[in-house]
Amino acid sequence: MTTFLLRRLALVLPTLFFVSVLVFGLQQLLPGDAALALAGEERDPAVVAFLRQKYHLEDPLLVRYGLWLKGVLSGDLGESIRIKRPVRDLVLEKLPVTAELAALAVVIALSIGLPMGILAAVKNNSAVDYAATMTALWGRSIPNFWLGILLILLFSVQLGLLPASGFVSPSESLSRNLATLIMPAFVLGNAIAAVMMRHTRSAMLEVLSADYVRTARAKGVSEVRVVLHHALRNALLPVITLGALEFGELLSGAVLTEQVFTIPGFGKLIVDAVFNRDYAVVQGVVLCTALAFILLNLLADLAYMLVNPRLQG
Amino acid sequence: MINRETLIVAALLGSALIAGPSAAQTLRIGLAEDPDILDPTLSRTFVSGVVRTALCDRLFDIGLELEIVPQLATEWKWTDNQMGLVIKLRRGVKFHDGEPFDAAAVKYNIERHLTTPGSTRKRDISAITSVEVIDDDTAKLVLSAPFAPLLSKLAGPAGTMISPKAAREGENFGSHPICAGPFTFVERVAQDRIVVERFADYWDKDKIKLDRIVYLPIPDTTVRLANLQSGGLDLVAVAATDLETVRKDPRVRLAVVNGIGYSGITINVANGERAKSPLGQDARVRQALELSIDREALNQVVFNGENQPGNQWIAPTNPYYIRELPIPERDVAKAKALLAAAGAPNPVVALTATNNPVVLQTAQIIQAMAKESGFDIRIKAMEFASALQLAAKGDFETFLLGWTGSVDPDGNIYNLVTCNSPFNDGHYCNPEVDRELEAARTLDTRADRLAHYRKVAEHILQDLPLIYLYHAKWLYAYTARLSGFTPYPDGLIRPQGLRLE
Repeated sequence: MTTFLLRRLALVLPTLFFVSVLVFGLQQLLPGDAALALAGEERDPAVVAFLRQKYHLEDPLLVRYGLWLKGVLSGDLGESIRIKRPVRDLVLEKLPVTAELAALAVVIALSIGLPMGILAAVKNNSAVDYAATMTALWGRSIPNFWLGILLILLFSVQLGLLPASGFVSPSESLSRNLATLIMPAFVLGNAIAAVMMRHTRSAMLEVLSADYVRTARAKGVSEVRVVLHHALRNALLPVITLGALEFGELLSGAVLTEQVFTIPGFGKLIVDAVFNRDYAVVQGVVLCTALAFILLNLLADLAYMLVNPRLQG
Repeated sequence: MINRETLIVAALLGSALIAGPSAAQTLRIGLAEDPDILDPTLSRTFVSGVVRTALCDRLFDIGLELEIVPQLATEWKWTDNQMGLVIKLRRGVKFHDGEPFDAAAVKYNIERHLTTPGSTRKRDISAITSVEVIDDDTAKLVLSAPFAPLLSKLAGPAGTMISPKAAREGENFGSHPICAGPFTFVERVAQDRIVVERFADYWDKDKIKLDRIVYLPIPDTTVRLANLQSGGLDLVAVAATDLETVRKDPRVRLAVVNGIGYSGITINVANGERAKSPLGQDARVRQALELSIDREALNQVVFNGENQPGNQWIAPTNPYYIRELPIPERDVAKAKALLAAAGAPNPVVALTATNNPVVLQTAQIIQAMAKESGFDIRIKAMEFASALQLAAKGDFETFLLGWTGSVDPDGNIYNLVTCNSPFNDGHYCNPEVDRELEAARTLDTRADRLAHYRKVAEHILQDLPLIYLYHAKWLYAYTARLSGFTPYPDGLIRPQGLRLE
């Protein structure tokens, strides 16, 4: 297990390096001139020239990459041109927000997807199974932003129960924090729940027809125990991987939902940065997301081993 | 998939919210985007000006008719043949850090605008060569040449006064601005909120009834309005298409005022290879395009009739509008005749438009209208920063673009059409126009300036380097609990007189 861990950790740095080169290169392909985009409506040539010089926008790509890398290695991710704040501070400010939203979404997804998947597998080819599959299909097909706006119209505008958007930090007020996050987390979780349900269902179907389950049943073990103890434990493996991957994706992929609900997280940060060609912010956020994604993958593998001791050899 | 549990949790959370303490006199304003840096010398966006209006007073302000009114300055007088502006300052004004506001502070601020690297204000007031401190309450601005728009510039960001002491000491002044406005800066969470609270020593404190203002950037207009309707916000700018909803909702009120900007089609007439099209080379083709467009119909279809159609750089309601040159009626037959005379009965025209639903709809309406005259308009939708770069490089034929606007008419035309100006993307150049615009800058009275603008309008409406389409109005929706709100043509929200019941 230790060798496995070390092997995986050794891959982290090269992967991050590759990601940083890719992001840096891809950004250069973006049309649009950062200095023009940031110089304001009047595009004063003196301001444009100043921005170009100060942020090395005219230097060759390699020089700029070198400068950036040097900063990153000393813990400096650069500065947002638009609001003149260190990217590191912005990342540290936004990461907990997005992480909380993503965690809530995964919890919601699990609490809907797992029971539905198990039920659909146990009652295979019954009305329950079809209903669960239909619901899953609906959850996956419905666009996030549309569901988001519908929820806002219902719970905020019509019923006046929840704030329509915004974010309150949990340290300020936990109840208001949850009130602002429940709708976006539901929107995100709803889509993931569908995938989880499908994965749980197929994994459960496979396991339920395995020999050891038949043996357990033959021994007279109660059906509930067979399903939840014998079968589910093995069927959980793919679901865990999926959960970790989805969580990682949410860290960078909750863009539309964060936009609709005005959650000041990673998604909003990166969208605004791309539109304003605030390169340092884009690079910093992508690098951190990549790191988080890699670590989550690692954690998923570790969890895999804990659930399935056979892999520990 | 709203299951019962979710409903119950939502209901519980909701009731917790409603039972929570309601903050007295805290106004929550929804902004269309997150402001950039709040430092008046360096800021580049309109929204940062909205927030600064609560934090920072300026030397002058504007009235509802765009007239210049006193703010930190009480009187002003032009001297030395319009080459000097003597300004009397309000006494007893303090900055948020307790420092006094005086002529030395004015000198510091103007010089800061002029000398800070990357200053976005420098060009506004580059006519100023020096500032003389006559006494504590009197400053004199010395100009290199007469410059009539100066007062309007000093009623904008260039006239914003910040505390010299704080600016000298603060490493990053823009993240914690200290000025002499009615509210002091409390905190800013990027992309989430900016909070300001009442300044106890404000010189005009009787007019300030609010304790706090929270600015929340919410880019989506639907979500912004939903927040207002659900009580999460108190004052927002709304889109013309949302007015039906606003009018029907008894919980909210509507306020409308004519804006000072314009939207139009900039045409590439001389910027590189792409100018070499019939449209770029022949004014008759451009006139045909203008005659194909029914501006009122465009306004009805895209904006529910809420904007002001226009054909000049300022709206027909502006005192500088040239009434003798009104909006031409749509005339397809005449347009066809002009195209035939130009030898281009079916010109193909690329129209660059930013990928915003309202802009694209406008482009499509123009496309459909122009088709009847024989134009084949191909819409190139792209994201704003890319479009801007292509326009600057001359890689466009026509560009559907708006201009936020300026209080003085000069700001809506001078830099956009004069030869060699950095944001004259189409490279239109007519020395006559330059001469008239220069002349209008040096005069003080409206009648004298109008004579020159009339000549400018004659040229522009003949040459059509820009086809002006409409002037957007500022549309605000606000909670019925708010009183004292007056919308201004510059779109800034002044906190004076606002009160929540």
